[in-house]
Formats: sequence, C-alpha cells, structure tokens
Amino acid sequence: MVLGTYKEVVTARSTDKEIQKIAQDGGIVSALFCYALDEKIIDGAVVAGPGKDLWKPEPMVAMSSDEILAAAGTKYTFSPNVWMLKKAVRQYGLEKVGTVAIPCQTMGIRKMQSYPFGVRFLADKIALLTGIFCMENFPFASLETFITSKMGITPELVEKMDIGKGKFWVHTADETLSIPLKETHGYEQSGCKVCLDYVSELSDVATGSVGSGDGWSTVFTRTDVGETVFKAAVEAGVIETKAVDEGKFGMEMLKKLSTQKKEKAMKEIDRRKAMGLPVPYKGSSEKEDPLANV
Amino acid sequence: MLAKIKQFLGMEAKPEELASKEEVEKVAEEKAKPRIGYVHLSGCTGDIMSLSENYDILAELLTNMVDIVYGQTLADVWDMPEMDLVLVEGSVCLQDEHSVKELMEAREKAGLVVAFGSCAATGCFTRYSRGGQQARPDHESFVPIADLIKVDCAIPGCPPSPEIIAKTVVAVINGDMDYLQPMIDLVGFTEAFGSDLQYKVVNQALCIGCGTCAMACQTRALTMTSGRPEFNSARCVNCGVCYTQCPRSWWPADRIKQDLGL
Repeated sequence: MVLGTYKEVVTARSTDKEIQKIAQDGGIVSALFCYALDEKIIDGAVVAGPGKDLWKPEPMVAMSSDEILAAAGTKYTFSPNVWMLKKAVRQYGLEKVGTVAIPCQTMGIRKMQSYPFGVRFLADKIALLTGIFCMENFPFASLETFITSKMGITPELVEKMDIGKGKFWVHTADETLSIPLKETHGYEQSGCKVCLDYVSELSDVATGSVGSGDGWSTVFTRTDVGETVFKAAVEAGVIETKAVDEGKFGMEMLKKLSTQKKEKAMKEIDRRKAMGLPVPYKGSSEKEDPLANV
Repeated sequence: MLAKIKQFLGMEAKPEELASKEEVEKVAEEKAKPRIGYVHLSGCTGDIMSLSENYDILAELLTNMVDIVYGQTLADVWDMPEMDLVLVEGSVCLQDEHSVKELMEAREKAGLVVAFGSCAATGCFTRYSRGGQQARPDHESFVPIADLIKVDCAIPGCPPSPEIIAKTVVAVINGDMDYLQPMIDLVGFTEAFGSDLQYKVVNQALCIGCGTCAMACQTRALTMTSGRPEFNSARCVNCGVCYTQCPRSWWPADRIKQDLGL
C-alpha cells in the first residue's frame, strides 16, 4: 500500500473565498485549523509562519484564524514545527494543539507519542495532526540558488512558489517563471533521500495537490480523529468535496509518485547499508513489503 | 533477557496483541505480586518523583499489582531481599564503597535490573563530576550502572516522563516485549551527549530538520538554525534524550501504527 492506511480519499477545497485566494491549492490545512479553532477542537496550532527573512519560515503558534491565514501557503524549506510544540504547551498553555507537518515531522511526533522518554505531558495534547505530501525539502540556500541564479530574480519579487507538472514554479506580480525539476536535483537535503513516506502516512488527515486539479487538494482521512474532524468540517460547509479522479492525473499519478519516491529511497537505503552507514529503516531484503515505511 | 521477563511475569509474551484486562487481573490474582526494589544511587530523586506523577494508576499499582520490598524511604528493611525487578536510579560513584556494594548486591538479588532515568543509564549530569568537593572530595568518578553490572533494560530521561514510566509498567505487566525492545536496545547507549546529533544524524546524512530533538531536550541545550540542531554544550546534561527521541535514530514503525489504529 504505497499511500498508507486511510479511511477515505477525496478531492476537496476550502469554500472560503479568502482562503482560496491565498492558499497553495485547496486551502485544506487553513480551513481545517480555522474550523477546529472555532469549534474549540484545538486551542491553537503550530504552523510555518513568516520569518525574519522572506521565504525563510519560522514555526509559530497561531491562536486565531488571522494568524492561521498569515501562515498559509507552502514554503519549500525548513520550519522545525515539532520544536515549537513544547512551547505551545508550556509557554502558551495550550491543552489541545493542532499542527501541520511534513512526513518526517509526523514521524518525529508519532515516535514521541509512542515513546515519550523525555517528553512530559505533551503526547496527549496533540489534538489534530495535519500531514502534507512531500517529495523532498530544500535548504534555504538551495531556494536562493533557484530564484537568484537560475531564474535571475530576487526573493522580494516572489509571491508564490510551487512544485507541479515536473517543474519548480515561481510566481511574481507580473510573470510566472519555472525551472525543470531536473535542475533542482542535487539541491535537496540528503536526509530526504532515505525517506519512505510521500503522503504523510501517519497523520490524522493528509493533504496535497497531487491527484486533484488546480485550486483543489487531495485529502486522505487516516485516523478516527482525522475522519471526525474532516467530516465535521465538510458538514459545516467550510470544506467542499468531490470524488477523487481515479485516472491518470488523479490516483494513478499519486500512486506513481509515491512508488517512485519509495523505490528511490529503498535503493539509497540499501546502498548506504552496504557501505556500513546507519539507516533507521530495514533494508529491502529484511522486510515483506519493500516499500513499507519500516 | 526475554525468557527472564516472561518468567518474571509468569506468562508468555504476546507480541501481537495486548493481554486483556481480565488476563492481567487473573495473573494478578493467581500469581504472587512481583517484588520490586528501588535502589537510589547518585541521582536527584527526580526519576521516582516522575513515577509518582502517575496519580491515576499509582494507588492501584502499589496496592494490588506490585510489592515494594526494598528501597530507602519506601520499605522498612535493612537487608536487601530477593527481588523480581529492581529499579536503579542514579549513577554509581566508584569511590563510594556503599554504592558499589549495593549495586552489586542488587544485581545478585534481582531477576531484572532496570537503569531507571538517565543518571543510571548514561551517567547524565553526574558525568561532569571531577571530585574535590565537600563533604567527600574523594568522590570523583560517577559512571552509568552498565559500566559495572549487566543491565537488562534502560529508560533514559532527565527525568523519564511519567507517561513512559506508565507505558513501561503496562508493557511489563502485559508481557509486551515488542514495546520493551527499544529499552533493551538502549542498555548499550551509555555515552550520551548533544553532539550525538551531529555525529550520528547530521554527519550520517540522516537529519531532516524536523525539530524533534530540540523539542525533546529537557534543558534547552538545542535550538534549530537553518534546519539543523544547534547545540549549546554548556547546557547539555548528557541525558541522551535528543538522540533517543530523534526519528532517525531508531524507528518503531509497527508500534506507532498500532497506537494510531492504522
């Protein structure tokens, strides 16, 4: 199962016009957190907020819809959100925390919940973990290289970054620039190369653009919590859904990309193990399903 | 080790499913309650205090599930009895003959020895000792207990969280060896430092900048800069929690899926 365990998969988007305007795709993460805040399912959410430098996000605790929306949109570099979870509980005093996480961050949070060795009274306060699809992540300097050296503009001009249709896109006020993803290879962080999770397999709800048309997102509900919150948000009318496209640009594309990421990672895991380097995952000969995230 | 824990519990390990509540109660009724000892060496008492923060299960645990048969302030005995399991808190001071003797005796008298908390497991803060202080200037060398005796299971943490202690107790009572396996593996992890992250994660091309280490650090010795842990060695107490908690040090995939119902 290359897409992880899930209860349901749909194509969805926020019904809020403001969210639609600023969101990366369907605005699912923003819509879910705003709804969960309104309904007191969470007291606050740890999100990748704007940092001191443009396009260099910093984790922040959002306590209102305005703060959630200020953090909307994907940033293609590090935002160590897991770090901020402790602050959210200790310093902000939150009892029910939401957070948005890429697959590796989801793995850090879930390991902490199952084995909270040194982490006191935090595991049970994670009320909603929204995972996003992730192929790889880039150091900030790599983004600077794409924008400044390869596209010849400055970060100040950039209004939105996006990855899709085989390209890395940058939108400015008056033009859309792109470089083929081939040219970004070699600039991703090395830790991503052994990652076996594309679709946030351990999140409550996982979402991302792949598999759905422009302005929409693909959503997997995975855990009971995820299913309950997502369904409630749909019923309340803050998110609208339609059947997911099973075809070439829908589920097939999603399965293809996930399989590609996993196969590539397994090859790298086996290569590193053969060199005697440590990898926390099993080699392909050590597990039944060679693409499982174990 | 496995056989010893099974024997201690009087039940076969059930790796696939947790023993049911009825079974636990039945075992509790039929079997003599496990005899638990607590040995306090060089530590701050924070570990046992963390245990006592499990208010909801503590009364039941102490009254009906275990017998505390040895421990300063916990049991009114001088001589160390035979024990099924002993929790050792604190590192052992090589110059303190009483500590060394008590530890050796605990190994002899106990079926299972648990390094309880980072001082016992990694040496933790006491690793910084250089002696030369009153009232015993000669007390200089503090080492994790696994340096002197064979340890069966380690629970790092400064202190370990109340939750991990409760989860461990439940796993021991249920004979859930899968859950305990990482703690058996951690017995060998006796030289911990924040720079483990640099050597064993960043240098090994494994770091993904998630921030779990900085979240877990109990002394705020870690922050995140440009997506990598930045380590302030002056704040580090050698507890080993950052590396233990890192998703790239070991990966309990099956347990997580089970906990999430996936």
